[in-house]
Amino acid sequence: MDTSQLLHTNKQYEEELRGLRAGLLKMGGLVERQIADAMEALVKRDTPLARQVITQDEEVNRLDLETDETCIRLLALHQPAGSDLRFITTGLKITTDLERIGDNAVNIAERVIELNEEPQLKPYIDLPRMSEIAQSMVKDSIDAFMRADTALADEVIARDDEVDGLNHQVYRELLSYMAEDPHTIRRATRILFISKYLERIADHATNIAEMVAFMVKGKIIRHMDKKKE
Amino acid sequence: MADKLLTRHLSAYFGKVRALNDINMAFPENRITAIIGPSGCGKSTLVRCLNRMHEVVPGARTEGEVILDGENIYDPSVDPVGVRRRVGMVFQKPTPFPTMSIEENVAAGLKLNNVALSRAERARIVERSLRHAALWDEVKDRLNRPGISLSGGQQQRLCVARALAVEPEVLLMDEPCSALDPISTARIEELLLELKENYTIVIVTHNMQQAARTSDLTAFLNAGDLIEFGETRQIFTNPGRRETEDYITGRFG
Repeated sequence: MDTSQLLHTNKQYEEELRGLRAGLLKMGGLVERQIADAMEALVKRDTPLARQVITQDEEVNRLDLETDETCIRLLALHQPAGSDLRFITTGLKITTDLERIGDNAVNIAERVIELNEEPQLKPYIDLPRMSEIAQSMVKDSIDAFMRADTALADEVIARDDEVDGLNHQVYRELLSYMAEDPHTIRRATRILFISKYLERIADHATNIAEMVAFMVKGKIIRHMDKKKE
Repeated sequence: MADKLLTRHLSAYFGKVRALNDINMAFPENRITAIIGPSGCGKSTLVRCLNRMHEVVPGARTEGEVILDGENIYDPSVDPVGVRRRVGMVFQKPTPFPTMSIEENVAAGLKLNNVALSRAERARIVERSLRHAALWDEVKDRLNRPGISLSGGQQQRLCVARALAVEPEVLLMDEPCSALDPISTARIEELLLELKENYTIVIVTHNMQQAARTSDLTAFLNAGDLIEFGETRQIFTNPGRRETEDYITGRFG
C-alpha cells in the first residue's frame, strides 16, 4: 500500500495493521518455500525433505488462524473503513488461499514419498517448469498485495494460462505412458496429481492477484472472465 | 429522486470569520443525507443554514441560496418562521420544555404557530406524532407527566415528535444521538429509517458508523469546504478523495 499515507491516530490500530501485513508476508514466504522443497524432494527423490514440508505446514496453519483472529479483532474493535476495510477483508481472504497453497504443497510431498518407494517413471521436465511459474505467481501475488501493485497482479493472472497449458501437456504425456503399459498407472496417476496440485496453487495465486485489484480499486474482478473455470 | 433541498454557493459567516465556503449540494427527497467531518468543520452551521437558524446567532450571516422546492428560502419575501415550520430541527441534547407535560411538549410547535385546534384534533395530532416518533406505547398512559420525567432517549424521541407535530417536510438532526446510550441510539436510527418514507432527512453526526448505517448519502466537510459528497456505500468503502479516506480511516491530523 501507499507508504506515504499518514499514520493512524490510533497507535494500537496502526500496530495491528502492521502485524497483519507482517503475518501475511511471513505466510507467503513459508508456502513458497514449501512448494520449492516439495518439488526438490520430487526431483532429488528426497523423502526426508518431503517429510519436512509436511511438518512445516503446522506453522502455516498457525499463521492462518492468527491472521483470521487479527482480522476479526480489527473489524470488531475498529470498524475499519475505506482502504483499511479493503485491506483487512482482502487479508482475511488471502490467508485462506495461502493456507490452501500450503496444503497443496503437503499433498505434493505426500505423493513424492509414495513415488520414492518405486523406481522413477520418467525424467521430470514440465513439472519443474510448472512449479517455477506457480512459485513466481505466489511470490508476485503477495508482492502485488504488499505494494498494492495492480500491474503486477494482472501479470500474475495472465501467467495462469501457461500453468493450465502445462498441466494439459503433462496429462497427455502420462496418458500415453499408461496406455502403453498399465504397470505405470500407480506412478503416473501420482505424478498426475502433482501436476493438478501445482495447477491449483497457480489458481490460488490468481485469486490473491484478483483480490489485489479489489483492494486497490474497490472493484471486484473475480468471475468476470468466462474462459476461466 | 427529486431534490427537495439544495444549496447554491452557500457561505456562512460568524462576524468576519467564514465558517462555510461556497457549498453546493443537493438533498434528495425521502433520503437520509449524513454530514460528517471533524469538530469545527461547519457541519452544524450548514444544517442551521438550511432552516434559517444560523442568522439567529448575533453577527452571523449567510451568502448564496438555499432552495426548498424551487424557492430560495433567503429571498427577502420569505418569512423565516414559515421556513422553520417546513424544515424542522432536532438538536444534540434532548430539549423538552421543562415546565410542560409530554402532551404539551408535542403540541408546543402548533401553539407557537397559532394553529387553532379543537381538543380532539390536538389529541389526534399528539398521538400521531408520538406514534411516528416510536414513543406512543411508552407514554400513552402518562401524557400529563412532565416531559423531563422521561429518560434521555425518550426525551429525544419526544423532541422528534414535537418536530413532527407541525408536519415539516424536511427534518434536520444535529447529533441527535450524541447524548444517548446505544439502545436509545438504535431506536432513533430505526426511527430515521421509518421517517424517511415521509420526510427528507439531514443528519449531522460525529459517529461515522452511524452515518454509515443510516444514511443514503454522505457529505464530508472539512474547514468549511465540502470535500466529497456521494453514496454512503461508496464514501465508506472507496472514497474518491484522499482527505475523505484519511478521515474515515482515522488518519486525521
